[in-house]
Amino acid sequence: MVEIVPIKYRVPIARPKVGVAGKTGSWRWVKPVVDTSRCTRCFLCEIYCPDNTITVDPEKGAIVDYEYCKGCGICANVCPVNAIEMVKEA
Amino acid sequence: MPKTVLTGNYTVALAAKMARVEVVAAYPITPQTSIVEKLADYIDRGELDAIMIRVESEHSALAATFGAAVAGARAFTATSSHGLLYMHEWVHWTSRARIPVVMAIVTRALAPPWNIWSDHQDILGQRDTGWIIGFAMDNQEVFDMTVQAFKISEDPRVYLPVMIGLDAFTLSHTSMPVDVPEQEELDKWLGPRRQGYVIDGSEPLALGNLAWPEDTEEFFMDLQRGMEEAKNVIREVDESYGRFFGRRYGGLIHRYRCGDAKYHVIAMGAWSGDLMEAVDMLREDGYPVGLIRMRFIRPYPDREMYELLSGSKGAIVFDRAISYGSLGPIYLDVVANMARYTRRLPYIRNIVAGIGGVNVTYSDFYKLVKETIDDLEKGVEPSVFTWYHRR
Repeated sequence: MVEIVPIKYRVPIARPKVGVAGKTGSWRWVKPVVDTSRCTRCFLCEIYCPDNTITVDPEKGAIVDYEYCKGCGICANVCPVNAIEMVKEA
Repeated sequence: MPKTVLTGNYTVALAAKMARVEVVAAYPITPQTSIVEKLADYIDRGELDAIMIRVESEHSALAATFGAAVAGARAFTATSSHGLLYMHEWVHWTSRARIPVVMAIVTRALAPPWNIWSDHQDILGQRDTGWIIGFAMDNQEVFDMTVQAFKISEDPRVYLPVMIGLDAFTLSHTSMPVDVPEQEELDKWLGPRRQGYVIDGSEPLALGNLAWPEDTEEFFMDLQRGMEEAKNVIREVDESYGRFFGRRYGGLIHRYRCGDAKYHVIAMGAWSGDLMEAVDMLREDGYPVGLIRMRFIRPYPDREMYELLSGSKGAIVFDRAISYGSLGPIYLDVVANMARYTRRLPYIRNIVAGIGGVNVTYSDFYKLVKETIDDLEKGVEPSVFTWYHRR
């Protein structure tokens, strides 16, 4: 059994939370737009998103959090039914 | 307490077992292998309730040990020579993450040329990693230091990993009677594992994220503070172990016939035993010499060394490793740390010897120390650096 006795020193651990590195801001030049009628809820985009900004809702399909999405396009690449299109930002 | 005849390696294994290690991850390398073989044997016989992770390299051995320790297990590994070098990246990870781990290093020369005998180049090459580094002189101390290592490493004032050095073959494969405490007494003394944080999947935690330079520097300033506190913790652990089991070594250093010594010799590891013989012979011949044996090189016992050496008429540091292009690593520490206390340095000589396992006996030590003292008494200072070699 291990006893956790708090440490008085700094340790290089962190609790992950949404937006800890700040919002994406205005530099994203393309964004993923989901055609939910074609989305099969396969979850691949959610799994592959490197910034964890996609949630697949069984009812609504893939939902992108544009506050943190960097527009890398990995989701559009992995989508097996081409339901995600990268659209230029206005 | 029963005495058992054990090799150095079997002593390490028994100490790890009696410390109730829960995870052992290891890769075989001469001359360490029989430590983890014995631990595997204990597990196989049901005498030790632990998981043995057989990995594909030493890099993975320490990574797995580290992972198990982060998750809350009392974890242990052992290696030698090139295995330790291969681990080097994880050696840093473990200390910088402030994770208690104990690792035995059966010291062995580095190649090429290929060599399996002892010198201290491998372990002293890890000097700057933030690990506490202890070194035993005989198998009794191997036992005591291994169990003490867990206590030191898991102290909340320290939370740093500990390496225990023992010389290849001279200790690792040589038997001597070892006083083994009762399991119940040892459990009472050692207590349960403690650590500062646990990452076991019950809540999301990230280890080793990107940090800004100022934050990063503060982590490492804390590591230095932990090392400073470890000096006291090592002294305390030596004392409390002495109260329980009757053996005290003197903390960070072992003083042998230093009480009235005018001259000092300094060494670390198994050959300190030969040096003790030489000191006894020299004492019989009227030479007032004492031995300072380095039990711990990290943290460095700066105060003890200053107190002993400030009044010395002359000292010799015997190094079983060399910082090529400079001097022996222990010598560099001894001399540099004197500057923390004084501008007046006694004559301190550095003799590098025993590299690649060259046997240095009590008669070599007797001759070297006697000649040095004779010269100093005549007002002649022998050259500060000597690489002593013979066939």
